[in-house]
Amino acid sequence: MSKLLEVKNLHVEIDGKKILNGLDLMVEKGQVAAIMGPNGSGKSTLAYVLAGKAEYAVTAGEVLLDGESILEMGPDERAAKGLFLAFQYPVEVPGVATMTFLRTALNAQRKTRGQPEVSTPDFMKLVRDTASHLGISQDMLRRAVNVGFSGGEKKRNEILQMAVLQPRLAVLDETDSGLDIDALKIVADGVNRLRSPERAMVVITHYQRLLNYIVPDVVHVMAKGKVVKSGGKELALELEAKGYAQYASEAA
Amino acid sequence: MNAEIRPMKTPAEQALSATYEGARATLPGKGAIAALRADAFKQFETRGLPHRRVEEWKYTDLRALMRDAYPLAAPPDAAAKTRAKTAGNILAGVDSRRLVFVDGVFVPGLSDLAPETGLAIGSMAEALAKGDAQVAKHVGKTFATDDAAVALNTALMGDGAVINIAKGADLKRPIHLIFAAGSDKPSSVFMRSLVVVGDGAKATVIEEHDSGDAQVNAALELVVGDKAQVDYFKITRARALHVASLLASIGAKATFNTFAFTGDASVVRNQNFIRFAGEGTHAGIRGVSLLRGKEHADTTLLIEHAAGHCESREQFKAVLDDQAHGVFQGKIVVKPYAQKTDAKMMTRALLLSDGAEADNKPELEIFADDVVCGHGATTSAPDEALKFYLMSRGIHEKEAEALLIQAFIGEAIEEISNEAIREALMFAAFKWLGSRG
Repeated sequence: MSKLLEVKNLHVEIDGKKILNGLDLMVEKGQVAAIMGPNGSGKSTLAYVLAGKAEYAVTAGEVLLDGESILEMGPDERAAKGLFLAFQYPVEVPGVATMTFLRTALNAQRKTRGQPEVSTPDFMKLVRDTASHLGISQDMLRRAVNVGFSGGEKKRNEILQMAVLQPRLAVLDETDSGLDIDALKIVADGVNRLRSPERAMVVITHYQRLLNYIVPDVVHVMAKGKVVKSGGKELALELEAKGYAQYASEAA
Repeated sequence: MNAEIRPMKTPAEQALSATYEGARATLPGKGAIAALRADAFKQFETRGLPHRRVEEWKYTDLRALMRDAYPLAAPPDAAAKTRAKTAGNILAGVDSRRLVFVDGVFVPGLSDLAPETGLAIGSMAEALAKGDAQVAKHVGKTFATDDAAVALNTALMGDGAVINIAKGADLKRPIHLIFAAGSDKPSSVFMRSLVVVGDGAKATVIEEHDSGDAQVNAALELVVGDKAQVDYFKITRARALHVASLLASIGAKATFNTFAFTGDASVVRNQNFIRFAGEGTHAGIRGVSLLRGKEHADTTLLIEHAAGHCESREQFKAVLDDQAHGVFQGKIVVKPYAQKTDAKMMTRALLLSDGAEADNKPELEIFADDVVCGHGATTSAPDEALKFYLMSRGIHEKEAEALLIQAFIGEAIEEISNEAIREALMFAAFKWLGSRG
């Protein structure tokens, strides 16, 4: 297996407050890596920094995607390189129809990569097939992005976008938050369908529950802005039983 | 009120006085019309050009903006008519009845005068000259106002359209009044139009102005009968100064929708005086301005609910780039007997640069006690969280911004029921966005 994502000694601040303190992480192609950790450990910050959100200041360290540094790239360039973030709180985009949004995004990425625009029939088929697996209606596709969607619908819409954009590295930030068990199964099923030897996923979650449905190859535990322990999927169960208290003291 | 002490006239005011004195003998209309002009000019002259201390003109100081008043435009020659041919192209794809005015003068040769049952088309200059009874009945009487721009228009009105739509008529195509600039000299144009829509008639009226380098003062009086359905559009482009007044009186149980689209507009003021004179009318009064550079556009509304059970929705959006200045003043007046009025006004400005300015002044004056009225105003920069979301999907920054701006104005444009016009305006907005640096 080869390295897809390498994060080396990453230090990040927001408004002068240190959030990540020398984080190291390596994700291989085809791998599903879970990142767990207590509230405030920096999980969501890591997700945003990977996607390129401007207000986070990287003070030291490196992030390599397929050996290439992405820290100087804008969020749009990173997306074209194959990075995708499924948001914990997907935003509403009034006035932009979901279908238009998906097509604009896909074609923008293809343009950046020097590929031709996707044909309308191919695009329609891709969206319709994926949407039906995720229980997303035609009506939702015509509506403005996430406007008036329930929490579950917003999360399913994130997975739909991921399926259409076919990223090489997908970061799922607390995709399970706010989902009931049925919605969780639909979302997990959508994610599992996208598992492939060419694609890696970083699944950020606070609870072990999601990992019953998206079974990780590796589990990393974050505390105080660092990865403090890594192990197999059984580590998630251990955390569920013992809690995060031991790591809070270890990292201090 | 005490008369203001005004020892000195500005050069523009002096020029306007000279223009009126020089033209009064030849302006169309004798007798009552000449008297109407004289009264109006006196009213204007007493107070002069409106300035920032006149509340209604606070943000559009005409005295400062109008350094000089250009002479009246000469009647268009062949060259002027040729230059005017490219005007009105924002709605080029809309199947409409084009009636063309060049430098304020009706040009039948460029107009579509194919007969249609229930429709009469005429020239205002001719109607005034021959003492047309209907024109005498309506001109200057649709909406009483002491507004200076309206007074100046009444004093100097030259030509314009006179449109009569018979009771119950259902016009096949929109009436498309195209006001083009053809003169290559600095000139001023005073246009006055009258549109009378009979009871139960259905019509779409478009006023499209390509004012070029002229100083334009346009006014349109619109009388809408009971149960009539009227869509009125105003599209404005101007490189100099353009002041337009809509004076409208709407009958009972009517449906009335207006939409103003302003872009590439050096200094534009659209003032709308609209009275709901009969019960049970539904109205949507909307518009979008797209401004950049040092452009200035002012939308001023005076909406008078003079009869009960009417519903009005006012929605205006401005996109402001560079040092552009957007002004919205919206006043809704509900008369004591206009119970069950339902009025909602919303204005939003999107600032694309630190130098842009938006002034919003919503006002409600309610004298009835059983009404639902509300207003809201927002001014903001494009939402960074939304932009990040779009960019994280691979959309480039400029495109993400354009999509958000499109969505912002689309919310208003989508209310237009005529599909061809809606798409033409969306496309015009799209082109404007595309030409941003």
